Amino acid sequence: MDFTLSILALPLLSFLTLALAGKFMSHKAAGITGTATLTAVTVLAYATAAIYFGAGRTAEGIFATITPFNIEWLPLGDTLSIDLGIMLDPISVMMLIVISTVSLMVHIYSLGYMKGERGFQRYYTFLSLFTFSMLGLVVATNIFQMYIFWELVGVSSYLLIGFYYTKPAAIAASKKAFIVTRFADLFFLIGILIYGYYTGTFTFAPQESALIAASGVLPTALGLMFVGGAGKSAMFPLHIWLPDAMEGPTPVSALIHAATMVVAGVYLVARMFPLFVEYAPDVLHIIAYAGAFTALYAAVVACVQTDIKRVLAFSTISQIAFMMVALGVCTSADPHNGGLGYMASMFHLFTHAMFKGLLFLGAGAIIHSVHSNEKMYMGGLRRYMPITHITFLIACLAIAGIPPFSGFFSKDEILAACYAYSNATGLFMSFVAALTAFYMFRLYYLIFWGKSHYEEQKALYDAGRTTHKPHKPHEAPATMTVPLIILAAISCVAGFIPFGRFISSNGTAYAIHIDKSVAATSIALAVGAIFLATLMYKSGNSRITRGLNSSLRELMSAAYNRFYIDDLWLFVTKKVIFNCISRPIAWFDRKFIDGTLDKLAAGTQKAATFIRPVQSGNVQSYSVWFLSGALIIILVLIYLA
Amino acid sequence: MNILNLFVIIPLLMLLALWCSRTLQQTRAAMVAGSTLLLALSVYLTIDFIALRNAGNTAAMLYCDSWSWYAPLNINYSIGVDGISVAMLLLSSIIVFTGTFASWRLKPMTKEFFLWYTLLSAGVYGFFISTDLFAMFMFYETALIPMYLLIGVWGSGRKEYSAMKLTLMLMGGSAFLLIGILGIYYGSGATTMNINEIAAMGNIAREVQYVFFPLTFIGFGVLGALFPFHTWSPDGHACAPTAVSMLHAGVLMKLGGYGCFRIAMYLLPQAAHDLAWIFIILTTISVVYGALSAISQTDLKYINAYSSVSHCGLVLFALLMSTRTACTGAILQMLSHGLMTALFFAVIGMIYGRTHTRDINKMRGLMKIMPFLAVTYIIAGLANLGLPGFSGFVAEMTIFVGAFETDDIFHRTVTIIACTSIVITAVYILRVVGRILYGEPENEEHKLLTDARWDERFTIICLVVCVAALGIAPMWVSHLIEGGVANIITNIQP
Amino acid sequence: MIIPAHYFLILSAILFFIGVFGFFTRRNLVSLLISTELMLNAVDINFAVFNAYCHPGLLEGYVFAIFGIGIAAAETAVAIAIIINVYRNIHSIHIKRLRELKH
Repeated sequence: MDFTLSILALPLLSFLTLALAGKFMSHKAAGITGTATLTAVTVLAYATAAIYFGAGRTAEGIFATITPFNIEWLPLGDTLSIDLGIMLDPISVMMLIVISTVSLMVHIYSLGYMKGERGFQRYYTFLSLFTFSMLGLVVATNIFQMYIFWELVGVSSYLLIGFYYTKPAAIAASKKAFIVTRFADLFFLIGILIYGYYTGTFTFAPQESALIAASGVLPTALGLMFVGGAGKSAMFPLHIWLPDAMEGPTPVSALIHAATMVVAGVYLVARMFPLFVEYAPDVLHIIAYAGAFTALYAAVVACVQTDIKRVLAFSTISQIAFMMVALGVCTSADPHNGGLGYMASMFHLFTHAMFKGLLFLGAGAIIHSVHSNEKMYMGGLRRYMPITHITFLIACLAIAGIPPFSGFFSKDEILAACYAYSNATGLFMSFVAALTAFYMFRLYYLIFWGKSHYEEQKALYDAGRTTHKPHKPHEAPATMTVPLIILAAISCVAGFIPFGRFISSNGTAYAIHIDKSVAATSIALAVGAIFLATLMYKSGNSRITRGLNSSLRELMSAAYNRFYIDDLWLFVTKKVIFNCISRPIAWFDRKFIDGTLDKLAAGTQKAATFIRPVQSGNVQSYSVWFLSGALIIILVLIYLA
Repeated sequence: MNILNLFVIIPLLMLLALWCSRTLQQTRAAMVAGSTLLLALSVYLTIDFIALRNAGNTAAMLYCDSWSWYAPLNINYSIGVDGISVAMLLLSSIIVFTGTFASWRLKPMTKEFFLWYTLLSAGVYGFFISTDLFAMFMFYETALIPMYLLIGVWGSGRKEYSAMKLTLMLMGGSAFLLIGILGIYYGSGATTMNINEIAAMGNIAREVQYVFFPLTFIGFGVLGALFPFHTWSPDGHACAPTAVSMLHAGVLMKLGGYGCFRIAMYLLPQAAHDLAWIFIILTTISVVYGALSAISQTDLKYINAYSSVSHCGLVLFALLMSTRTACTGAILQMLSHGLMTALFFAVIGMIYGRTHTRDINKMRGLMKIMPFLAVTYIIAGLANLGLPGFSGFVAEMTIFVGAFETDDIFHRTVTIIACTSIVITAVYILRVVGRILYGEPENEEHKLLTDARWDERFTIICLVVCVAALGIAPMWVSHLIEGGVANIITNIQP
Repeated sequence: MIIPAHYFLILSAILFFIGVFGFFTRRNLVSLLISTELMLNAVDINFAVFNAYCHPGLLEGYVFAIFGIGIAAAETAVAIAIIINVYRNIHSIHIKRLRELKH
């Protein structure tokens, strides 16, 4: 499996080529360099998966973990060292597939979406960097390598969000994304330090004896690592960066902020799952509660957003929270008995990456066509953009959990795991799932049904009431629709993948079976929610909607403003940290510490000025001093004698 | 003849050549030739040193030599290097080399500028190769004095004030240092000034160490921007010309850390162990305080100067942790910070040379006007905030892992506090990037500015390559310095 | 009759303190010079007196007195030259005016 190294090397090479020579390349050459590399990576990733899963199980009935490549990069002390390498196990191979697939789709899609943009080469440079970092993250052989690539994906996300660097909102969003995740990474780092010190290794599978010795601090270490994961995976209250991150180009949102990077936190928890289950079950439960709350919060907020990308962003937060909950409700490593959530979470990660990528790319096609993110410029688009419409609808059905689309299967497993944990959790998550169906179809109707903004404007223009000729929405070019179709196809069939046969909490094969009562409940809830959304939003402006708007105005506006969490953070950072800590410290430094020194200097100078008259340069006064001094000494001598 | 002598002889020859040079071309030729030679020499030294070590030479110091200078006081000119000094010499050569190109078009009095600049570097080289207390002190002073003129004459802004402040504070430090050195000399029985011999004797009484350790540590700490003796740094750096900022932050501040380690901690090990907590508190304050101060600054160089306070604080912090990993990290951090800050000051100097302002509120959209400088500013910034792939990450992680090795609640707590600096660093770096580089250019005059010229590009590319090289392949450097560190650390056990 | 030594000493002391008084109080450079001469002469008297009374056989005291007179002459010459130059430069020999070298 030595060729797996080139899965990492190729994107890196492409990054370096584009970074150093991109300036001299044409747009086309740059785009093709990036896309061709990614095609090769995708082929290699699929080959890896085929070989890995094709190799069959070991005697224990699991897929063996293989490490085709590992070097000691930096020794730290006698026992610890930072290694760089490639580790293949079921989840990392699955992630390779997800990342390369979505990344390839985004690369192809961007050829059309970013056409003619200033900085096209830069865009592909950053995409390559991101793909490299993300692949490096998932194949990490140890927690420190993960942290290294974790930081790298953070910075590529920063660069891509700030791609339109002349737009103030993009600048602010990129800064926010980096700093918030960096803040979470601090906890991650401390967790790693504790983990490394007490277990004596950075690898994922320390010695049993070391683990037992460290069992007292492991929950702390793992909890801190989860905080890092929560930052990247936008768990409440560290989610604030993700909606703003939508300022980046839409394909980037699809790749980084929907399908791959944001699930890094989930992947981290899954990676450490054996330790979590064994040594820190309480932390897992905290994760479940944090996830459940985030899922609800984000779903509620998503119901009232008007920017379509924001809706999708909150939907992403909510769905990732689903994955977190699924991991959190695990009580043992046995998939048949309390460990189902692990498989469900990974399954949902997989299907979600596909349909959420699809949703974002679809949204990108729409934005590309109407030149706005706001729902008021949309409506009635189904006639103008048939392919986008159909694929978007498939994605909506998938996320809403309607069979036979992929989301149904994975979400059903999550709900089953939740019900197995406790009925309350199950009901709660079912409710959130229903909300998901509701807001997704609200979005769908607002975009594709109702009155067409274009037609209204055109009527006005034809009647001579406006001089602004409206722009007619058009279907996206083939480079953009092909990825949509591919992802839609995957979303249709991905649910039938026997996922449990590849991935499960203890590695043994697990046959997915649909829990009939859970499935029936969730389908009923989803259909109900879709029906409600149809009633409220299909015709554009129904009576119910208006009624709701007026009766729940305060709740709506609170939800629209994301329950003021952003303002709270802004208050803490701007008012408290900047104005109440940093400014006073800077003042203290200049006025007090430096002032003291200046005062010292000034004091010395004053003392000098004070003594200076003695050295007047006047020989007469000198001689007076001299004589009186001499006389005094003589008198003293006489007196002593 | 000992190869190390060349590190002093070449700068002296350069001084002579500069003295004789009549035209700008000759001055430049002398500088380029000399600094290239020094760079080549230190690269050769590094390779040769590693080869000797690999060949199994395990002596604490290699290339040792000694000539009597003033016998009655046991003052010798004794030289020798271990891995730490080799790394530092390499760093100095890189900075001196790039600094030459960074001041390619400096006016007026180019020749005189380079004369003082070379004298300064001679002091730096001499300091790193010496193993004699007195010789070290002498070279240390040689490096400090030219600073006054370089800032006072060629600086900008309140240059006289800053130069005076910097010199006075550093001289104040030297005063402490001199007492400390004399204390070590007489405390050890007054038979030698050679560091290795004093360390080997190890007969300085604990009570004596308690008195002189703080003096020596603070003496060097002033140069290493130890809180609360750091205030020369913002003013000094802000007013200094580009190359001097580079050399000062890049190398001179490292003299402080190096001295703290090589003299204060090595020769006064018991006090270094017992009194470390006081200075750990001070350095922790430095780390966080410097970073927080940087957030609200509006002058580019002030931001970077405070950032240096924070990063150099981390050097001293790690040294005081006295574990092998942490101290290796500290030396790595010295190298890394030296290169990164030099890069940062170079870019800032170049931006300032064009816009004639360093106020971040007066610049906008520089990315569109001078893409090369803007991109390198971002690279420098990312390196500074510890992005993997650049040197800062390696150094910081080594420090944090090493600091965590000390197993008690106090050390753990301060380590975690120090860790927060990585977040704060991100804040001030990204704030500036967002403010001055991104956005649309607003100032009409700025729109006419040009991007970097060849000499500037050369400076920057050299430094970026070094920062990246250290970040991608840190193992050989950490291998290089580890031996030297281990030798000193074994002395510090209680 | 031998004149008692203290007569001479009293004379020289009076002479010396007249010189000191003059040196302290006068502001004219020439007066200062004269005062200095008075002090020097008082010292010369002392030299001669002590030689005559304490070591009658020796000559060192006289030689020193003569040496002092010689020095005084040279010094006067130099001082007057300086004073003349000062007068040429600032048209005054008032000591308070001589501030050029102070700052």
